Amino acid sequence: MLVSYQWLNQYVDLTGVTPEQLAEELTRGGVEVDSIQPLDQGVKKVVTGHVRKVEPHPDADRLQVCTVDAGQGEPLQIVCGAPNVAEGQMVPVALPGARLPGGVKIKKSKLRGVSSSGMICSAKELGMPDKLLPKEQQEGILTLSEPSDTGEDVKPILGLDDVVLELDLTPNRSDCLSMWGVAYEVAALLDREIHLPETKEETPEGKEKEIEIVLDAEEDCPFYAAQVIEGIRLGPSPRWMQNRLLAAGVRPINNVVDITNYVMLEYGQPLHAFDYSQVDGGEIVVRRAGTGETVTTLDGVTRACNEETLLITDETKPIGIAGVMGGENSEVKDGTTTLLLESAYFAPESIRRTARHLGLRSEASSRFEKGVDPERILPALQRAVELIRQYAGGKVVSRIKSERIGAIDDVTVELRHQRLTGLLGVQVEKESVIDIFRRLRFPTEVGDGVYRVQVPSRRPDISIEVDLIEEVARLYGYDRIPTTLPWGQQSPGALTPEQRLRRVIRHTLRDAGFHEVVNYSLTSPARLNELDSVLQEEARPIRISMPMSDERKVLRTTLLPQLMETAEYNIHRRETGVALFELGRVFISQEKKLSRQPDERWMLAGLVTGAVHPPHWQKGENTPDFFTLKGHLEMMFARIGLGTLTFEAAQPAGYHPGRTAVIKQDGDTIGLIGQIHPKTAAAHDLGDTYGFELELAPIVEKALQQNLRYQTLPKYPDTTRDLALVVDEKIPVADLDRTIRSAGGELLRSVSLFDVFTGEQVGKGKKSVAFSLTYQAADHTLTDDEVNQLHQEVLNRLKAEHDALLRQ
Amino acid sequence: MREKLEKLKQAAEEQIDAASSPEQLKEIRVKYLGKKGEITSILRGMKDLSPEERPVIGSLANQVRGQLEEWIQEKEESLQEALLEARLQEESIDVTLPGRPEPLGTVHPLNGVIEQIEDIFIGMGFEVAEGPEVETDYYNFEALNLPKDHPARDMQDSFYITPELLLRTQTSPVQVRSMESKEGKVPVKIICPGKVYRRDDDDATHTHQFTQVEGLVVDRGIAMSELHGTLLTFAEQIFGEKLKSRLRPSYFPFTEPSVEMDISCVQCGGSGCRMCKQTGWIEILGAGMVHPRVLERGGYDSERYTGFAFGMGPERIAMMKYGIDDIRHFYTNDLRFLRQFQSI
Repeated sequence: MLVSYQWLNQYVDLTGVTPEQLAEELTRGGVEVDSIQPLDQGVKKVVTGHVRKVEPHPDADRLQVCTVDAGQGEPLQIVCGAPNVAEGQMVPVALPGARLPGGVKIKKSKLRGVSSSGMICSAKELGMPDKLLPKEQQEGILTLSEPSDTGEDVKPILGLDDVVLELDLTPNRSDCLSMWGVAYEVAALLDREIHLPETKEETPEGKEKEIEIVLDAEEDCPFYAAQVIEGIRLGPSPRWMQNRLLAAGVRPINNVVDITNYVMLEYGQPLHAFDYSQVDGGEIVVRRAGTGETVTTLDGVTRACNEETLLITDETKPIGIAGVMGGENSEVKDGTTTLLLESAYFAPESIRRTARHLGLRSEASSRFEKGVDPERILPALQRAVELIRQYAGGKVVSRIKSERIGAIDDVTVELRHQRLTGLLGVQVEKESVIDIFRRLRFPTEVGDGVYRVQVPSRRPDISIEVDLIEEVARLYGYDRIPTTLPWGQQSPGALTPEQRLRRVIRHTLRDAGFHEVVNYSLTSPARLNELDSVLQEEARPIRISMPMSDERKVLRTTLLPQLMETAEYNIHRRETGVALFELGRVFISQEKKLSRQPDERWMLAGLVTGAVHPPHWQKGENTPDFFTLKGHLEMMFARIGLGTLTFEAAQPAGYHPGRTAVIKQDGDTIGLIGQIHPKTAAAHDLGDTYGFELELAPIVEKALQQNLRYQTLPKYPDTTRDLALVVDEKIPVADLDRTIRSAGGELLRSVSLFDVFTGEQVGKGKKSVAFSLTYQAADHTLTDDEVNQLHQEVLNRLKAEHDALLRQ
Repeated sequence: MREKLEKLKQAAEEQIDAASSPEQLKEIRVKYLGKKGEITSILRGMKDLSPEERPVIGSLANQVRGQLEEWIQEKEESLQEALLEARLQEESIDVTLPGRPEPLGTVHPLNGVIEQIEDIFIGMGFEVAEGPEVETDYYNFEALNLPKDHPARDMQDSFYITPELLLRTQTSPVQVRSMESKEGKVPVKIICPGKVYRRDDDDATHTHQFTQVEGLVVDRGIAMSELHGTLLTFAEQIFGEKLKSRLRPSYFPFTEPSVEMDISCVQCGGSGCRMCKQTGWIEILGAGMVHPRVLERGGYDSERYTGFAFGMGPERIAMMKYGIDDIRHFYTNDLRFLRQFQSI
């Protein structure tokens, strides 16, 4: 809502309150002022001038030499290039020394040899919003139709001395979508008098015209009023009215349309003028549209209605879409002499649905959508009729015909003083509360610590006690609300064990050199299909119903593909290598059409590619491989107390078939780790890339089960023996490890692998694997014999289960 | 004999002094103190002395031997010391060369800020709650006093999946979910951080996905002054300085009265700068007293209990705290951006 300071000043005396102060008051009161725009953009020394004579320029076809009386004693000679300049016009003249918007300075000059003392200005040159101006004012010089003396400052005439406040209204304060509403608000904030114009019904002269009003959709339109005016003359509206419309951002069109818009801005009540000659039978029927019904609106577009569209029709045909836009067939245009002026209440829900269905929003619909004040329907109509009679001529030829279902209920809301002070936490005096309601002009009775407040219909946002508390609070001043801390029952604050674990996991990966990323939940189906995920079987990406782009179409079911995208982005920005991870939710549902909320599962994904660390002056191995990533994962598992995860070779799509594993916990697959297939990686301009993705829930569950207990430190020495084996190269080391541990039993304290190699020495298809085994007993020092016997048993089992041979 | 011993002692002292390596010292030791050494041979010649002289010379010889041993020992130590010193000199390095980099990644700055927010509220006795990102229309809107066709639904255009399911546009649905799960018990003191989604074109100040932290307190006698105090305490902790605050009336369908809270600009301290658009104030969050209808929906008698709720944007807080000028940085994941937050 754009509010003209001068217009507002007409209703509430703003003496001593600058626009800036007014803006501050409004903002502190809850009506936020977004901007303060002075319409005078530095215009100086531009005055009214009378064009006495226009002669052709001797040396230029397009220029004319004008003699202008600008009240400066001698007439001025001004060269003008506008084709519309003519003798007898009153025009804005920028005198020598004048300033125009953008710092333009006007000087005496010569144009093609003819001296020119100033400039005749166009609307645009004066900084007026030319997009809103009627076409004839957009082109050429501006002509001033109102009589005035020459030499007068044009700023007041064109309203350029005004200041406009732009209000950013919250949805509850639609009452401030009118000058009256803003006036009530300002009068309350400043505690000043309010002066609003009074209206009365104009009585018909001569033969009365018939109007019949039928309300066929009571809920959508419970109140409709109309009056007919005959013999109007269309033409431009007065300059002052145009100035105010322009200040409010509304395009002036003609006197009738301008008046309906002006009254809408004034009262908040949208009005519509029909050409009465097109209203068959003088009958107005407000009804819902039938199936397939169409209406051509006055913008020339034929609109398909649905059964919820509310129509204004006459005896035979639709003549407008209620509250949204009039019909082309009944439009007021050249030749219109008789008007039917409509003022009505249309239900917000109905208008909202229709506006949305048609994709059509107007100043009118946006007001109906928020609910207009039923008390202003008749006064607004009266006011418009009065202005039309005054500025478009004509005479009233009907009484105000109105049809109404139900009555406007008086709303009385009770407020308990104790509730007020209790909820605000501040001891507001009773007198202050009563005074606030007086300023708001809410009639109030007080008794027994209760205020009985009559809420005017202009404030539909107030219906219960807390609404009144808010009114009191904002006028009392939010800045007077003290700061205290809750004193009630105390509660321990904490993260849940799962939340804490998620933090630990993220911090551990951070400490291991990984950068955490946050990617979007919405992605493309193609992206998700780049790699198999651990949830592949269950994942059916959920589509959103109206995506903003193909790239943001479905909810992700896996995180790793987007990490590849992030890696690609960074590699393209000259990073030599990246290590990334993300902990986020994926969305899992097997339903084809979603009928309930999907499973939201936390996943952890990581990726490493290229040389992660910058080259160091001491050369060293810098390129990560599968085992780098696996090592980081194992460290993370250790950090959260998991030791039981196993890795088994696997060949999921999108991964290197020989360098990928599924990660299992207690036999269940919970994740994948491996080298991204070189083709997949290459599609992202990535070299060797390793990634993992895990489902978090099973890990968290297991980690939370761990029961951390101290174990006595060993009292007796241990004995270490090495074991170098030759086995088939296909045998996973994990299998050998398992056999060793099983055979060694509880006296085998630890097993560590320290060497693996293949080559001629060990023979084709074989590999050498060397372990270091540490034996120790809790209750005595093991003898050589005991150790030898155990070690032999381990070797025997390895021979039996894996055909292992002791390397010679 | 006595003279001979004195001479020997003097000669040995000179040689020990002159010795420049442990090897030389070893030779000296052998020469004087060895089995065939000179002291040894003197002691062996004692038998030729008179019984009166024997104890005198014997004691003197032993004295000389002790003295020599002491000198050799001392010299040995000083030679070793010198050797070590020389080696250390040789081993010196350029300490200004860069250290071998140990990998250090980053926590995403947005999550870093969310952790800070969580920790501050945990310190004030709040629990951290979570809720689904795919939400029902009921919890996202209706339960929050936003029926279908409510004008405030315009404020947040949503990503719907079906007419009843959508990506949550705010973390506020967790308010009602938390109250329901508390089953009428008090106090309710929760915050809920999480992702939210709105149909906005991505630009320097908007992203279609962003984060919020919602807060809710329900108990007997909760007042707006406590909302003010809690939020000011929070703001001072997150920005690490004394701040001024002010509340401005605002509107949210699920709180009444509703407020927006401004704090004195953390950049200029209130004197006016580009960040606060010369006003000295910056808006940091929206809040209000829980609307009675929302309390009732959560299963709390609005006559007996009151509460406050607030919602803030970690992006905005991070941007103010670290001077970040473009919200898209949080979702581009440019390492040149992320690395700046290693110490977050």
